[in-house]
Amino acid sequence: MNGPLKLSLTRRYHFAASHRLHSPKFSDEENLRLYGKCSNPYGHGHNYALEVTITGPIDPATGMVANLGELDPFVEREVVEAFDHKYLNEEVPEFAVSVPTTENVCREIYRRLKTFPAARLERVRIEETSKNSFEFAG
Amino acid sequence: MIRVTRKVEFSAAHRYDNPDFSPEENRRVFGKCNNPHGHGHNYVLEVTVAGEPDPATGMVLDLKELKDILQREVVDRMDHRHLNYEVPELAGKIPTCENIAAVIWNLLVPKITQGRLDRVRLYESPDLFADCTAESDGTGGRA
Repeated sequence: MNGPLKLSLTRRYHFAASHRLHSPKFSDEENLRLYGKCSNPYGHGHNYALEVTITGPIDPATGMVANLGELDPFVEREVVEAFDHKYLNEEVPEFAVSVPTTENVCREIYRRLKTFPAARLERVRIEETSKNSFEFAG
Repeated sequence: MIRVTRKVEFSAAHRYDNPDFSPEENRRVFGKCNNPHGHGHNYVLEVTVAGEPDPATGMVLDLKELKDILQREVVDRMDHRHLNYEVPELAGKIPTCENIAAVIWNLLVPKITQGRLDRVRLYESPDLFADCTAESDGTGGRA
């Protein structure tokens, strides 16, 4: 087991946002049955914890898979600024056409971060609460 | 297959500085991690060993033995040390979370004789960790 090694780096970020689980494809009664209290018309919110995992060769000059000086501002710009203290249903364009479940939030964040130029995005993991977490790896 | 994970902690100082860079370049690339006086972290190390439990003992490996290996190979070597100056395995390398995890992997591989080393996860802080595993899918990075 002394063969090539794989290194990944995981950084946690935090944002707080509100959402409402409600699909226009269903009647109000069906939405309430399907999503329960998450369908409350006034919305509700969470403190989301976002784990971003990147992978790639270690640059011998820096000892890093990617410089956090590049990753942090990228994630801040692409995700945290766009999601933090926002109503996801109305303020993140993707959720005009999809329900902002944390499954869909995972996919949308993965799509936004996939373009990080300095390393390969391996996985996005979101803790919606301390009891629920979701992962998407493409 | 069962995975068994043991956690240990150590505290150490480090500094990021590449002697091939100018002082300005070091400050630009490494930011406050380039502070000449160094800084430190409470590192949390999770070591995962994978294998089939021995039918006679019900264990993948003796966790007491793993605890002793981690104490000897990692904690005795790195706890309350300056990683740039006092850990020969890191000489000539920037002591990033990634490099420390890879060094720990290489220290542990020959010592794990029951089961096989599956993952080394090193937390530098609760919001930052590196994972070192054996390359398997052929698409990830190589160290």
